[in-house]
Amino acid sequence: MTTPTLEMSNIGKRYPGVVALDGVSLELHPGEIVALIGENGAGKSTLMKILGGVVQPDNGTIKLDGSIAKIGSVAEAIKHRISFIHQELNVLDNLDVGSNIFLGREPLMGGPLRLVDRAAVRRNAEIYLQRVGLNVPANTNLGKLSIAQQQLVEIAKALSLDARILIMDEPTSSLTLAETDRLLEVAMELRAAGVSIVYISHRLNEVRRIADRVVALRDGKPAGALSHDEITHDAMVRMMVGRDVQQFYPSGEASAVSDGLAVENLRTQRFPKIPLNFKVNCGEILGFSGLIGAGRSEVAQAIFGVDPPVSGNFAWAGKPIKVKNAREAIKQGIYLAPEDRRLSGLIVQMPIRENITLPALDRYKTAGLINRRKEDRVASKLSARLRVKAPGPSTVVSTLSGGNQQKVVLAKWLSLEPRMLIFDEPTRGIDVGAKSEIYDLMRTLANEGVAVMMISSDMEEVLGVSDRIAVMHEGRITGTLEREQFSEEAIMQLAVGGSH
Amino acid sequence: MTAVAPLLQQSSTNPQRRTWRDVLAVKELGIFVLLVVLCLFVLYKNPAFGERENVRDVAELVGMYGIFSIGQGIVIITGGIDLSMGSMFALLGVILSIMLGPWKWNWESAVLGTIGLGALLGALHGFLITKVRLQPFIVTLCGLLIYRGLARFIASDATMGFGQVRDINTFHYLFTGNFYGVPKSFVCLVIVAAIMWVVLHRTSFGRYLYAVGRNEDATRYSGINTNGVIAGTYIIAGTLTGIAAMYIAFYVNSVSPSTHGNFYELYAVAAAVLGGCSLRGGEGSIVGIILGTILLRVLSNLVILLGIDSSLDFAVMGGVILIGVIADRLLTSRRSVR
Repeated sequence: MTTPTLEMSNIGKRYPGVVALDGVSLELHPGEIVALIGENGAGKSTLMKILGGVVQPDNGTIKLDGSIAKIGSVAEAIKHRISFIHQELNVLDNLDVGSNIFLGREPLMGGPLRLVDRAAVRRNAEIYLQRVGLNVPANTNLGKLSIAQQQLVEIAKALSLDARILIMDEPTSSLTLAETDRLLEVAMELRAAGVSIVYISHRLNEVRRIADRVVALRDGKPAGALSHDEITHDAMVRMMVGRDVQQFYPSGEASAVSDGLAVENLRTQRFPKIPLNFKVNCGEILGFSGLIGAGRSEVAQAIFGVDPPVSGNFAWAGKPIKVKNAREAIKQGIYLAPEDRRLSGLIVQMPIRENITLPALDRYKTAGLINRRKEDRVASKLSARLRVKAPGPSTVVSTLSGGNQQKVVLAKWLSLEPRMLIFDEPTRGIDVGAKSEIYDLMRTLANEGVAVMMISSDMEEVLGVSDRIAVMHEGRITGTLEREQFSEEAIMQLAVGGSH
Repeated sequence: MTAVAPLLQQSSTNPQRRTWRDVLAVKELGIFVLLVVLCLFVLYKNPAFGERENVRDVAELVGMYGIFSIGQGIVIITGGIDLSMGSMFALLGVILSIMLGPWKWNWESAVLGTIGLGALLGALHGFLITKVRLQPFIVTLCGLLIYRGLARFIASDATMGFGQVRDINTFHYLFTGNFYGVPKSFVCLVIVAAIMWVVLHRTSFGRYLYAVGRNEDATRYSGINTNGVIAGTYIIAGTLTGIAAMYIAFYVNSVSPSTHGNFYELYAVAAAVLGGCSLRGGEGSIVGIILGTILLRVLSNLVILLGIDSSLDFAVMGGVILIGVIADRLLTSRRSVR
């Protein structure tokens, strides 16, 4: 058997509070495509960042062509002929295609001025563009190209770097079917030319088409591998999920359910052609599952009015309501705890008090002027109820931990009377203790008759907390599961676009 | 993976950390000390600095500059800037002289007309910034150019006086001289500052200004009409510019459209920044802005009293502002290290 191009063995990486990778190995032979699969957060990206020199492993060895190698930086990775094509492309859309390919390595003309040899840039760039089948002149402004074409430019750049290991992180996540076909063809041509590819994708159909082997990760640990003949949809789903759900979630399910928000024909800016219809009942927790980019946050932002939808009708308990902006949503008692707390949920440089009172300052006035004591009273009361760990209401939010910041966001909305609360990734970056407090709070709110909607990419959380689960795939709700249908496999099937 | 970053925050938790309000108080204290030291120094070098007449003159200028510097300050607190103020003084001054002269307006109409026009131009800036989504710097830079050009064109580039027109005495009574020994412009500044202090530090609108300046997105996510708040600050700035325009016009007692009010917008920016406003938005206070204005006027006065070549006026001012801002930066970084 040939010496593997790459052998990563027993790789471990921990971040404060989280083990990102533990004992993971990966082997790659010349002219082979290995697909790396796993749920969001399984450790795929961390493993690839280690290979690409972006982060350093805590333990484990990396061998290239049989000899131990150290990949201390991106530059070293490039020297080892490893190229990383990131999911968010690293391209400069204000420069032309040639300049992007040769950025930092521009061929120069002789003479004292060392000017860039534009003719050579163009000539050389077009050689590589031809190899990836992209027929555009090298002086085309990159911003004029589609995402798929930009992706091909990135591959051309990797070829110009003489890459023999190519990492492709979800390359097709924003491509159309035809564009995907073209990209897969290019990948297979590269394989025939002896390039080894690590292919990360959530789209199992693609994986089945091009992968020679499949390696799965789960919670930062190896979760099995499949050889070419074993690759099936079901086998992959089984590897990605399948673990014990801990007894960590509040028991109890929706008690008295009544009509809440009905969403009809909602079409978001991101997926303007796909109408969505669903209901969030008072007294229940509706989970929204799906892969990153499936369009779940867009739904939340449309309901909350911060990202007005292309079309859509909302009704509350049968009566039509209008939500044109966040102010109107708040007037309706519909609140959002957004995905990015620090950017959209809180003004982190301000004290807890002022974050909590911001949406309804009128309530804290005496003779038309803000009364700090009234503010303090409410802020202290809510901080105590939610167990925010902070010296007092004057504490600046940026000094709090993630969990306590999220509690401040929730305190802000509980200071009003919620009819509906939307949680977008409520426990991302939050420690275990605060997590279970937030789950308890959700259940308490639901029991008090609030309609709760929870978007989460954490499979365990969705299954543990929700009363019903809507699963989205590429802008569509591919299915809604009732409690007796709950399983990780069922969600995964729907999340990757299969029918239920 | 992505889940880890916020956990790192915890280590910096410090229960004794000051709130932003306390930090501002310290900031104001810093500039106050600088001001006192500077005054004592000038007084020591030239006792004329403390004479009644000189103090009155400085106070009159502080009044005029303070009024529009407050406008500039609240715009800066939202993260914006208003570069058009100096040219607006020329345009409003020219139009004021026309309202009083050829049009023979009575004083009430002329006062309201001037303030109203200022507010209207401010509203225009606000509209372009919030609805057309242009950058404040660009919008008000164009204002700076356009209003100056219009002022010169309307006046045929000639100096406009006020002469003996109807109601001129009322104008002199309102905008020049003293009120119980205090310059009228200073009295007006005290009134404006008191109102704006309440607005900024005790009303919802004021709270929203700081919120928008810190994080416009999160403010919008809290259901606040951020566009309205931002446009509001430009309207207030325009209104205060209109009020100041009349004090400035009658202080000079004529309007030379090509030079009237030149650089005044930058004095206002300097006063606001010296007083603790951050050009990034979200920071600043009325007391700070006024202290900044006083400091600038004292500096200008010092150049004359200490016999420094008057052509060095700007250089002295620039130098002191730079020193002040560097000192502030050093103090701030030490504070956060602690």
